[in-house]
Formats: sequence, structure tokens, C-alpha cells
Amino acid sequence: MSDAEATGQPGEAPGLVREVVKSALRVENVDTPKNRVLAVAHTVWLHLHPSKVPRHAVRFSFTWGAGGIAFYLFLITVVTGVALMFVYRPTPEHAWLDMKRLDFDVPFGMVNRNMHRWAAHAMVIVVWVHLLRVFLTGSYKAPRQFNWVVGVGLLTLTMLLSFTGYLLPWDQLSMWAVTVGTNMAAAAPVVGHEGPFAAPGVTAANDARALLLGGPTVGGNALLRFYILHCVALPLALGLGCILHFWRVRRDGGISGPAAPKGGA
Amino acid sequence: MEPLWRILSQPDNIPIALMVPLFAGLLGFWWRTARRNDALLAQGGEAAVRSAMDGAVPEGTPDPRVHTWPYLLRIELIAALVVTVVLLVWSIVIDAPLEQLADAARTPNPSKAPWYFLGLQELLVYFDPWIAGVLLPVLIIFGLSVIPYVDVNPAGSGFHAWRQRRFAVAVFLFGFVGLWLGLILVGTFCRGPGWNWFWPWEAWDRARAVPMATRNWADVFGISSSSGASAFGALTVLGWYGLGLVAWWRLRHRPLVARLGTSRFAVVAFLLLTMLSVPLKMALRLGLSVKYVWTTPWFNV
Ligand code: HEM
Repeated sequence: MSDAEATGQPGEAPGLVREVVKSALRVENVDTPKNRVLAVAHTVWLHLHPSKVPRHAVRFSFTWGAGGIAFYLFLITVVTGVALMFVYRPTPEHAWLDMKRLDFDVPFGMVNRNMHRWAAHAMVIVVWVHLLRVFLTGSYKAPRQFNWVVGVGLLTLTMLLSFTGYLLPWDQLSMWAVTVGTNMAAAAPVVGHEGPFAAPGVTAANDARALLLGGPTVGGNALLRFYILHCVALPLALGLGCILHFWRVRRDGGISGPAAPKGGA
Repeated sequence: MEPLWRILSQPDNIPIALMVPLFAGLLGFWWRTARRNDALLAQGGEAAVRSAMDGAVPEGTPDPRVHTWPYLLRIELIAALVVTVVLLVWSIVIDAPLEQLADAARTPNPSKAPWYFLGLQELLVYFDPWIAGVLLPVLIIFGLSVIPYVDVNPAGSGFHAWRQRRFAVAVFLFGFVGLWLGLILVGTFCRGPGWNWFWPWEAWDRARAVPMATRNWADVFGISSSSGASAFGALTVLGWYGLGLVAWWRLRHRPLVARLGTSRFAVVAFLLLTMLSVPLKMALRLGLSVKYVWTTPWFNV
């Protein structure tokens, strides 16, 4: 409370910097236990966190930091990916040349493209690391069973994002890696034309692979489909999934841990 | 060694090279912590483990938790900075590849899937595409999802432990490290033109034709009629999954198995036997040149 409010008199206004900081953070920039709690609880970005956490939960040795780093890498791919979208056009005439432009013409194009690709590769590995740590600490056990299932969904989306992105440079590496991958859909039972029990009327032109590629082979339609999945549908799904995942971490009682000694949290 | 270097230095393969020491280190760390926790559990129960994990709590602290600000947020900030710096350096030093323009008329040999799918591609050597590319991926996702519901052992929740959950951990590590990561390494480092096996230090000989005569499981036993072979294959597969029933009969009085109940046990047995059938089929192929265990007019297994 300022002096002016206490006395009802219009006294001197608080310092300018102090007023700006307080209006932005909703908390006085004074280090007290109460303000530490409020700083977290009153900030939309931070209130994902509880305002207090068990000691073991902040240790790298327990979480390996993997869930958080996976999310951070996702954010990096979003930022660098949006930058790439300013240059890249998803058609067979343009796609590969746009990559060349990025590599040689566009200021910071190469390093931005590199960041996007390496962050995506790293994200795949880090999500695996996170999966391993959650398994090894038995953190999927009640009441966290369902959040593990949400996690498996996130893992699947991460791999699909990587896979759809692989096609976009439209070079030999992309085209053939995606050809190998999507051929599997043609071999699916019932819905693939090469699979066992292919339903009557299912051909290379209308089977599961054709749905994925917009035709029997990897061509312009496939590029457009993968582009939309990669830049719109899958990131949205992953973002929504993360919201659910983080919400459940809180609701399931925060980061798991062994039963605390009596009196603890 | 030159081929090994060529594979390793492909920019897209660097993550795989990094993965080996990364997972080795993490597993080593896990093992040490798990053994420490096993010992602590025996002495003082979970409270002892918790104290060790919490570290020193200042004398007379009423609430053993810490404030998120600054104790967690500063760690997150530092982690984010470190990740950013590492990525920036990586991106400045190593360029993402851009090969020649996509050309549907020119198939590279070998055509490899992205590295994280190479384990599945490796399975194509041993299984038809509908199994390696559709059935097994679906079962992997399904199998991962059911883990929390079929692991009914409440012990070892929230800390690294081994002794209390040996079976679950062993099965998981076998699948994750042995099969998933192991086959990715094989697909990356040991497969060359024609998807033939080349040791990492061997030069890729494009002319090498490997005429590997294969036969079917029934041929091994001299069964030549196609219906006989079909029936024999069906029996083999049924027999394999029948092991689940035998296991149920033998183990049904064990407390943990009783706790599982029949439906959970059936799911576990099916997934476990399917997982084990993967290395088994690989062994049949490599040892006895068996291509199919079960042939039918509609599909082959
Ligand atoms: C894009 C992928 C993912 C992101 C961004 C993510 C993020 C996170 C974060 C930030 C946490 C908090 C604790 C920590 O960092 O360890 C967490 C916890 C958790 N995650 Fe994930 N995760 C992802 C994928 C997965 C996967 C693949 C699984 C398992 C199949 C999983 C299961 C869990 C569970 C059960 C918890 C609670 C752990 C505990 O209470 O100790 N998550 N996740």
C-alpha cells in the first residue's frame, strides 16, 4: 500500500520504474516469500507451475529436464518454421528452388533452416529420453496412467511432424524417404491395394496411400498435403496435446515422487 | 573405416551418433541411482529415498518444498539458454542437407526412410510390409499405451528403482533399447545397396548380389504340399500364442498374476509374445533361411 492510499492524501507518486514493473507483473518487485508465490500465480505464463514444488522435482537427476526441453524445442521449431514459411512455397516447381534461395540468398536463411531441422531431430530424441525417464521412475503409475497415454499421443505426433517435414525440401532424400514410408500404407490390410484382404475396388488410385499422397505416387498433391499437415494440422494437435498434458501433470498431483517423510508435501 | 566415416558424417546421421553415448550415459546413471534407491528402500522405506532425493533441507524448515520462483524458473532459464546455444552452434557448424531435385525416375540405392523409422524399415527384411509397416507400428503404439494399465505393481512409483519392478523394467528396456534403438543402428550403419548387410568399415560394393535362397518353415520339416504347409504354419503360430495359456496355467496362483486377472494377463501375454516373435523370426531367417513361418493364399507371416 502506498503512502497516499494509507493517509487518503495525494502524496508523492511511486517511482516510475517501480510503477511500470508493478503494473506489468501485478507484484511489487520486492523479494518476500509472499511475492515469490504471487509472481508465479499472477502471471499467465508461469501459472502453469505450482507456486511451490518439492525439492526433488527441480533436480535434473530426477526429470532429466526432458519434458521441458522437448517443449522448448517444439517452440523453437514453431518460431523458425514460421520464418521458413515466409520464403517457402509448397509446389514441385518452387519448393526445391526456395530451399536453394534459403541456403544462398535469404539473409540468415541457412542458419534458420538448420535450426529448424536440428531442433526437430533433437526433439525426437529428447521425447524418447523423456519417455525413458517417465518409465524408469515409474511415473505412469496411478493416478498418472492417462497422462502417459496422452504422452504416447504426443510421441506419435512428434514423429509424424518430423516425417511430414522430411518431404518439404523436395530433394531426392525427401522424395525417397517418404516413398519408402508411405508405401506401407499401400500394404495395409483391407484399405491398401497391396495388403492382405484388400477390399474389392481398392486400387493404387484410391487406397490408403492414395488418401495420404493425393495420388498413387509422391507428387505435387502429396507435397501440398504434407505441407498442410506439417504446418497447420499437426502443430495444432501437438499444441493442444501439450496443454492437456501439462494440465494433467498439475491435476494428477504435480511431478511424481516417493512418499514424503511425515509432515512433508 | 572410410565408409563408417561417410555414414557418420552425414548431417542427418549425427543425431544417431549422439544417441549412443546419450542413452548409454542415461542408462548408466539410472542403474547407479536405482541401486542406491534399492539399498535405501531396504533400510528406511520410501521416506529414506525421498530424503536422499530432496537433498539437505535446512534445519527447522516447516515446508520442505521450495518456491518455484526462483528455484525452478532459474533452472528452466539456464536450460533454455544452454539448449539455444548448443543448437545455434550446431546450426552454424553443420548445414542441413539439400540433395538434387526430387526425381521420380531416379531411385537411389539404398532408399532409406528417415533415421527414426529405420528400425521399422529393417524389419522389412524379415516381415512383409503389412506386418513391419502397419501391424507392428500399431502394436507398438497400443502396447506403449496400455503399460500403465497392465503394470499393476504399485511399487516403485516416482523414483528410480530396480529390485521392486525387475520384470517391467527388463521388458521395457529389451523393447526400447534392444529392438527399437538397436535396429535403428543396424539400419543406419550396416545396410547398404540392395539393403544388403555391409559392416560399417566395409566398402559398399554395388555389384554385390546376395542370392540368399530362402525356404519356408514347413520346408525345414519336409512338408511340401501347400495345404499341409499352411496348416503346419497355422499350428506353429497358434502354438506360439498358446504358450500364453500354458504360462497362465502354470503361474495363475502367483500373487502378481492373480492380481492381473485374465484380461490383463491376456493382453500382456499377447504383446510380449508378439514382441519376442520379432527377434525369433530374425533368428529363423538368419539361422535357417526361413522366409515365412505361415503361408496362406491370402497372406504370409
Ligand atoms: C512432445 C512431447 C512431450 C512433451 C512436450 C512433454 C512434456 C512434459 C513435461 C514438461 C512434463 C513435466 C515433467 C518433466 O519435464 O519430466 C511431463 C511429464 C510427464 N510426461 Fe510428458 N511430454 C511429452 C511426451 C511424453 C511421452 C512420450 C510420455 C510417455 C509415453 C509422457 C508422459 C509423461 C508423464 C506420465 C508425466 C508425469 C511425470 C511425473 O509426474 O513424474 N510425456 N511431460
